[in-house]
Amino acid sequence: MVEQQTIQDITVDDLVDKAVLMKGQGYRLVQISCTRKDGFEINYSFDKDYHFMDFRIRISEETEVLSISHIFFPAFLYENEMKDLFGVKIKDISIDYEGNLYRLALKTPYKPQTGVKEEA
Amino acid sequence: MSKRAIVPFGPQHPVLPEPIHLDLVLEDEKVVEAIPSIGFIHRGLEKLVEKKEFTEYVYVAERICGICSFMHGMGYCQAIETIMDIKVPERAEYLRTIWAELSRIHSHLLWLGLLADGFGFESLFMHCWKLREQILDMFEQTTGGRVIFSVCKIGGVRKDMDADTLKAIVDRLLVMQEELKSLTDVFIEDYSVRHRLVGVGVLSRQDAHDLGAVGPMMRASGIAQDMRKLGYAAYKYLDFEPVVEADGDCYARTLVRLREIYQSIALIRQAAAQIPGGELEEKFKGAPDGEYFSRLEQPRGEVIYYVKGNGSKFLDRVRVRTPTFTNIPALLKVLQGCELADVPMMVLTIDPCISCTER
Repeated sequence: MVEQQTIQDITVDDLVDKAVLMKGQGYRLVQISCTRKDGFEINYSFDKDYHFMDFRIRISEETEVLSISHIFFPAFLYENEMKDLFGVKIKDISIDYEGNLYRLALKTPYKPQTGVKEEA
Repeated sequence: MSKRAIVPFGPQHPVLPEPIHLDLVLEDEKVVEAIPSIGFIHRGLEKLVEKKEFTEYVYVAERICGICSFMHGMGYCQAIETIMDIKVPERAEYLRTIWAELSRIHSHLLWLGLLADGFGFESLFMHCWKLREQILDMFEQTTGGRVIFSVCKIGGVRKDMDADTLKAIVDRLLVMQEELKSLTDVFIEDYSVRHRLVGVGVLSRQDAHDLGAVGPMMRASGIAQDMRKLGYAAYKYLDFEPVVEADGDCYARTLVRLREIYQSIALIRQAAAQIPGGELEEKFKGAPDGEYFSRLEQPRGEVIYYVKGNGSKFLDRVRVRTPTFTNIPALLKVLQGCELADVPMMVLTIDPCISCTER
């Protein structure tokens, strides 16, 4: 049995509106994740009664994204994680670790590193 | 006016098998705020997908955690199978379900032992782990491994269980169930256990929802949500309902896990009775081109495997959202206003797995 999932592309400007809408409809935040793809692809996933919804924004590395942690409090962890690992620029996170959620040997390790030779 | 102080909790602490740190802001003995700090053992396993072929990554996924290793491999395989439209044989689905439920029993018994150890009930701890040892023996008998099994592969499973083995497992579980009943009585009735757990760390139904709690943490607050109801593997053929408690305290979270052990035994009995014959795997060609969010119910709650392929043997992305990671905001909530002495119980009752959190 394959779970039906809806993935919808939205613009970065629509993100907060969608989050408010999801909150109002009683959805819970399931996860936020980032994929490197000509910039960043960020998935915001929600669930209500086993109905899975995913909203996706595609942004350049320089684009600043507004945090949704003031709407869904748990978002602060995911947003800090994306900031630490990918270097996504996110503003107004409710608890901002300023790049120190993880203790990393390398800054933003999931972003292509300049001047760092990767092993084959 | 009370004087405020900050007490560091962890990363090394007697109740923490793995490192997590909390800065506890106290007013006298009361916690007014808790600020988490993680990242002591971040391994970057998601990034390894750039260097491992998608068929090899199953082994990486299984090594995310030593407790629910099988379910990590299964979650990853399910994502790939969905993207590539691979039809897993029914027998393999049943075998996966049996190993997954054995993993749940093993995980919950491990946790019950750690909880008992946490409130100083050493003999209870030892009895829980004595029972758990029998599950590890079953793993060894059926897979050859006690922690990492490597029996799950894309398209099916590597090993089978014959009828005699299945019967022996069910018989052993039924004996174990009787032994478990005496432990259950202690967890439910014993004064010292109740004193440490009842009314402690209450998470309301609304908070559990709003803070994104999952697994026993959520179900103990009255929300009947269990990803097994999505019907993956053989769960679509089995009869069960999510285990739910209403009180939302540490005691309710303990009851949920206790009851889930009995439920897992019942599910294994059902699966062993219904398992059909047939192949163990579906052969496939090609590479995944597409994406999917695979959702499973691990012992600690919902885990998500997001996999994105590009048609080559190297994936664009594997992202694992583990249950402990998403239970941290709920933990912070229950810590607010609690007594310092109750903090270890609250941390324990989310059943933290830091290996998963810092995959």
